[in-house]
Amino acid sequence: MERKKIDRMKKIKPLLSLLVVLLFAAVAQAQNVAGESSFGQTMRSNGRIYVVIAVMTTILVGLFLYLIRLDKKVSKLEKEA
Amino acid sequence: MTRKKNMISRWWWKILCIVLLLFTFIKGLLVKVPNLPALEETSRNLFFHVAMWMSMMTLFTVSMVNAIRYLRTFNLKYDIYARQYAVVGIVFGLLGYSTGAIWMSYTWADPNNKLFQSFDALAREPKLIGAAIALLIYFAYLVLRDSIHDMDKRARVSAVYNIFAYAMLFPTIWIVPRLLPSLHPGGQGGNPAMNFNDVSPEMRIVELPAFIGWTLLGVWITTLKIRMSLWKEKRLTA
Repeated sequence: MERKKIDRMKKIKPLLSLLVVLLFAAVAQAQNVAGESSFGQTMRSNGRIYVVIAVMTTILVGLFLYLIRLDKKVSKLEKEA
Repeated sequence: MTRKKNMISRWWWKILCIVLLLFTFIKGLLVKVPNLPALEETSRNLFFHVAMWMSMMTLFTVSMVNAIRYLRTFNLKYDIYARQYAVVGIVFGLLGYSTGAIWMSYTWADPNNKLFQSFDALAREPKLIGAAIALLIYFAYLVLRDSIHDMDKRARVSAVYNIFAYAMLFPTIWIVPRLLPSLHPGGQGGNPAMNFNDVSPEMRIVELPAFIGWTLLGVWITTLKIRMSLWKEKRLTA
């Protein structure tokens, strides 16, 4: 019972961390009263190259999360066998 | 010696994938892009955001082909192929969607307003709605497929639905968004990424390797998933 709960927590963890990141992003956005937030200004500096970096990072993180999930599935199958 | 040969014949496209993606990441950041005031350096996202969609479309096409192959042969192997290609296609679609959201926030959204104030206007984009519908149709494919317990029935119903879903992909992401006015490139006229007048020759050098590299990565992940499910299936029946 307890173990199941922990397992469930483990499953929720990435979702929670994503939510935290989104919250930070929202806070960064909310701070902007006149003009743009400092986060937005950074993103727009140097010809908005940081937008490309953010896009590249999103893809890599997304694929890594997916691969970790796949890896866990394979380990589970191996354990069952 | 034969083993070495075997290695190369099995691995060449994976090596190609790695080389092309390394090229994409390095050359993609170094190549000179035309200085467009609306895009500036963000036009480099062509090698990442647009490539996600190219990859997704290829994976969905392969999925549909395997659905047809299943209906022709009734070999359950093809049903597994079709499903796994569709799943990885959805993953790339979601990545394309989220990267598009980031790109949009710094090109379409008005920097003088808060982002959520621009959301009202941005959410009306026909391309966004179309892509969302296409992805939802494929989500429904997974729900439908996994809700039927009988193996043959599941394979048959989901193969037919897969072909339908692919047929819906055309109007939702290619036809309808191009008929409507849109901020997204390719609204009311042409395909921007494939148009020779819209992509500079320097960017074109990176564009095609990027599209092929990301697609091969998607296929690579799918083959791992297919191998896993085939093994699982074999163990269940053994």
